Amino acid sequence: MTRTLVVVGHGMVGHRLVEALRAEDTGHAWRVVVLAEEPRAAYDRVALTSYVDGWDAGALALPGADYAGDELVELRLGDPVVEIDREARNVVTAAGFTQHYDALVLATGSRPFVPPVPGHDLPGCFVYRTIEDLDAIRETVERVKSAKRGRAAAMVVGGGLLGLEAAKALRDMGLSPHVVEMAPRLMPLQVDEGGGSLLRRLVTELDLTVHTGTSATVIEEDRGRLCAKLTNGTELDLDLIVFSAGVRPRDELAREAGLEVGERGGILVDSSCRTSDSGVYAIGECAAVEGRCYGLVAPGYTMAEVVAAQLLGREAAFPGADLSTKLKLMGVDVASFGDAHAATEGALEVVLADAVSGYYKKLVVSAEEPRTLLGGVLVGDASAYTMLRPLVGSPLPADPAAMLAPEGAGAVGVEALPDEAQICSCNNVTKGAVTGAILSQGCDSVAAIKGCTRAGTTCGSCVPMLSKLLDACGVEQSRAVCEHFAFSRRELFEIVKATRITSFAELIAKHGTGSGCALCKPAVASILATLDTTMGEGGHVLNDEQAALQDTNDHFLANMQRNGTYSVVPRVPGGEITPAKLRVIAEVADEFGLYTKITGAQRIDLFGATVDQLPLIWKRLVDAGLESGHAYGKALRTVKSCVGSTWCRYGVQDSVGMAVELELRYRGLRSPHKLKAGVSGCARECAEARSKDFGVIATEKGWNLYVGGNGGTFPRHAELLVSDVDSESLVRYIDRFLMFYVRTADRLQRTAPWLEELEGGLDHLREVIVDDKLGICEELDAAMAKHVENYADEWRGVLEDPEKLARFTSFVNAPGTPDPTISFRVEREQKVPVLLGVPEVVSR
Amino acid sequence: MTVLDEQTRIVAVCAVGALIPGRGVAALLPDGRQVAIFRTVDDEFYALSNIDPFSRAAVLSRGITGDSDGIPFVASPMLKQRFDLRTGVCLDDESVVIRTYPVEVADGVVHLRP
Ligand code: SRM
Ligand SMILES: Cc1cc2nc3c(=O)[nH]c(=O)nc-3n(C[C@H](O)[C@H](O)[C@H](O)COP(=O)(O)OP(=O)(O)OC[C@H]3O[C@@H](n4cnc5c(N)ncnc54)[C@H](O)[C@@H]3O)c2cc1C
Ligand code: SF4
Ligand code: FES
Repeated sequence: MTRTLVVVGHGMVGHRLVEALRAEDTGHAWRVVVLAEEPRAAYDRVALTSYVDGWDAGALALPGADYAGDELVELRLGDPVVEIDREARNVVTAAGFTQHYDALVLATGSRPFVPPVPGHDLPGCFVYRTIEDLDAIRETVERVKSAKRGRAAAMVVGGGLLGLEAAKALRDMGLSPHVVEMAPRLMPLQVDEGGGSLLRRLVTELDLTVHTGTSATVIEEDRGRLCAKLTNGTELDLDLIVFSAGVRPRDELAREAGLEVGERGGILVDSSCRTSDSGVYAIGECAAVEGRCYGLVAPGYTMAEVVAAQLLGREAAFPGADLSTKLKLMGVDVASFGDAHAATEGALEVVLADAVSGYYKKLVVSAEEPRTLLGGVLVGDASAYTMLRPLVGSPLPADPAAMLAPEGAGAVGVEALPDEAQICSCNNVTKGAVTGAILSQGCDSVAAIKGCTRAGTTCGSCVPMLSKLLDACGVEQSRAVCEHFAFSRRELFEIVKATRITSFAELIAKHGTGSGCALCKPAVASILATLDTTMGEGGHVLNDEQAALQDTNDHFLANMQRNGTYSVVPRVPGGEITPAKLRVIAEVADEFGLYTKITGAQRIDLFGATVDQLPLIWKRLVDAGLESGHAYGKALRTVKSCVGSTWCRYGVQDSVGMAVELELRYRGLRSPHKLKAGVSGCARECAEARSKDFGVIATEKGWNLYVGGNGGTFPRHAELLVSDVDSESLVRYIDRFLMFYVRTADRLQRTAPWLEELEGGLDHLREVIVDDKLGICEELDAAMAKHVENYADEWRGVLEDPEKLARFTSFVNAPGTPDPTISFRVEREQKVPVLLGVPEVVSR
Repeated sequence: MTVLDEQTRIVAVCAVGALIPGRGVAALLPDGRQVAIFRTVDDEFYALSNIDPFSRAAVLSRGITGDSDGIPFVASPMLKQRFDLRTGVCLDDESVVIRTYPVEVADGVVHLRP
């Protein structure tokens, strides 16, 4: 007979319980009723901060959390349970709905703790736990921003993991956050003193103001703003306050129903997650398992599985939990695992700290030989985490100091891990389970392992490890460009360079199969273009066979738009342009009736040109001294600049001059993906240089060079490669950086993912291009010199060559006739495309 | 003119030399239809409607050609869907088929049968 399970609370853990039970309850022993307080189905609370990125609640949805199509699950949202009648085995909701149960699971989570400071409930004070909390914060931020000029300020009460996340979210919304932490350091639970002080320095550089060892004594309203007074005498003028000072388990329902609670709160349960009433379980953050509450999702998931097993008649017990954490806060790595505070008797600490490079690493090991790894703290560089965490409890395979050294982690292979080592702590998956999936279930990719074992599906921090295990099991993870070449772009580059093959036809005949496709042709065209000019032969991207390989944008040296017309973007180096050139652009736009727009990268885009018009337009532009801006190519786009020391009262170097120099130097360089750069005249960073592939920021003494930044889909801040260098060294390092990237990156891999994947990361890059560890700098320098020497404007090249020019017609049999399907209408005084076109689809 | 006339007529389009191997050109038929003509690296000639059914823009002639498992195709320059040059079937969504046209090369001139 089907019995009724009632689950109170639909958070991540409640959802996992339902999922685990429904996956295994093939005999339909249970019907499940979930009663939830929040107005939406369970979502990924761990990723809550990412909500700020796009304000898209859908992106946080957990797959399957609406149980669509499952008739045995009923989900009632937005109606909290207010009473449990244990005798009658009923629960009652706020709306008065009564539900009988045969078994009851409480998964009510916790609530943010708000310290009882006077004024804590004034308007403008928030907590940080639900989507609704963030929506409310956003509303206030927007109101404050629209009402005032200058930067709005916020205070986050609590400098723990969640407090720093909240501060990051506020910074991303454009506020200046103050973080106030009562303990003497940030993240007191996870990191030690050394790690805490480095963390403080790193986040301060990122625009947070940190106040430790103090707390707020009172919050007052002050002419429409808030004023917070701290115990150390500081007074902060604020627009908004977020409390993130820990959580308290939501055990109120259980208390009222007479269930036992833990000494420090939480619904008391035994190791099988049963409360003092054997028909009632508690799981997740609300549960105090043998008196102890867990504020992480992984232990909650384990509890959910323990209860699901028992409901299906199996015995199960909660084995305790791994409280390791790894996170990246505003680009700063922090990890803490095992016995991070060396609480074990006799434990020894090995510390490696480098304040200049900005890392702090500590291992805690046993006193006796062989040394057992007990725990550790990593700040600034947590790359060793994936390797170290699974080793906790096992003897160290190498000297502790060697394991912490920048390459040490790489030197100790995954082979060193025992089978029982936990690879994915979120989902409790061991190395043995992963290798089993690879070897006996035929998983041959990270995606397949995710599907088979769940490893890597929650926080994602174990994914690099999964990929290493695939390697260790001898599984080739294909990097091949496409079905025609069994090589990666990097390998193709090496082949072309070594064999000096100069045509696609020869390359595919000797090293590939078939006739090629839209993936390999443009990739090879880019390689040939780079090598052509750097070998000194001075080619043109539309010469001979190369023309046939180019993507349509490169084929017509313009960007195709949605109606088949093209856009025209002349180069405006550094964003600096004379009124005379502006006038020419305006005249051309007028004459050819082009829609005109300022782009996001400091130049002007003219839209709506037909193929036949392109050479006529470019003739005018080239005659006026303008040249191709390569907006169509996988090549350098722009070097964005700010006005710098010439005009700006804060500027310390001539950022425009440098941007122009760099743009002229690298224009036309063909690369695996587009390249963007920026130069700012001081640390205020008005040119947003750190969101670029390479960014330069002026200092009193010279320039700081940052590399590997990205806007776009996966934004990433560029990282500091060298600081305070003079102009000549700056250019030299950028030369090498670009050439090294061009040679070794994959097809359509921008510098950010390239750098992330580069073995040894930023340190390795620095060794290669600053210390010349591989001995290739001379070659890279020479290649760039050749590029600079051989640069020629592509559009001029077309205008001077009748054969190339002849291809710019809409119809081969009617040159001069424009495509009749193209038409325009007027919007805001300019023309925009009318999407007509006759669909010629024949359906089968 | 009658439909029958249309079908039997042959239209001379351009010299073979106007086509780069691996690339296409567009031709305008007297009735306003647009045809994309391709020449492969093996010197085979194909003709399809020039209109990309996904974007409805007349751009297929400007796509990159290639082969997948031996099937010759052109990839639309707009959103990259591939079409079988022989049959017009979209390799990425087989429910979509575009019109094909017979092509012949005679005396160095490319001819179409509209
Ligand atoms: C015109 C412009 C928008 C505007 O009106 O402002 C634009 C337009 C296009 N962008 Fe962009 N992007 C433009 C600035 C940007 C910026 C801002 C910047 O450069 O400072 C970014 C974010 C910065 C970055 O790239 O890191 C940007 C991130 C992208 C991306 C995402 C790249 C990524 O790494 O995730 C794409 C897609 C891609 O390249 O694969 C893209 C692709 C495109 C394409 C080429 C899409 C397409 O295939 O049609 C658009 C056509 C350009 C054209 O002229 O027809 N665009 N695009 C901007 C031209 C700037 C210029 O003068 O060259
Ligand atoms: C910003 C943020 C970042 C985090 N980052 C991490 C991280 O990196 N790693 C990690 O492991 N953990 C992280 N956590 C913690 C993690 O989210 C929680 O451990 C986890 O969500 C707990 O799940 P739960 O289901 O027990 O509780 P919750 O997710 O809180 O769900 C409980 C649900 O029960 C509902 N409820 C309460 N009372 C009732 C009632 N009477 N009737 C009906 N419904 C009720 C609540 O409204 C809530 O929806 C983070 C938390 C936050 C807020
Ligand atoms: S970055 Fe500095 S120099 Fe440049 S405009 Fe901003 S404040 Fe001025
Ligand atoms: S450790 Fe979080 S998903 Fe694997």
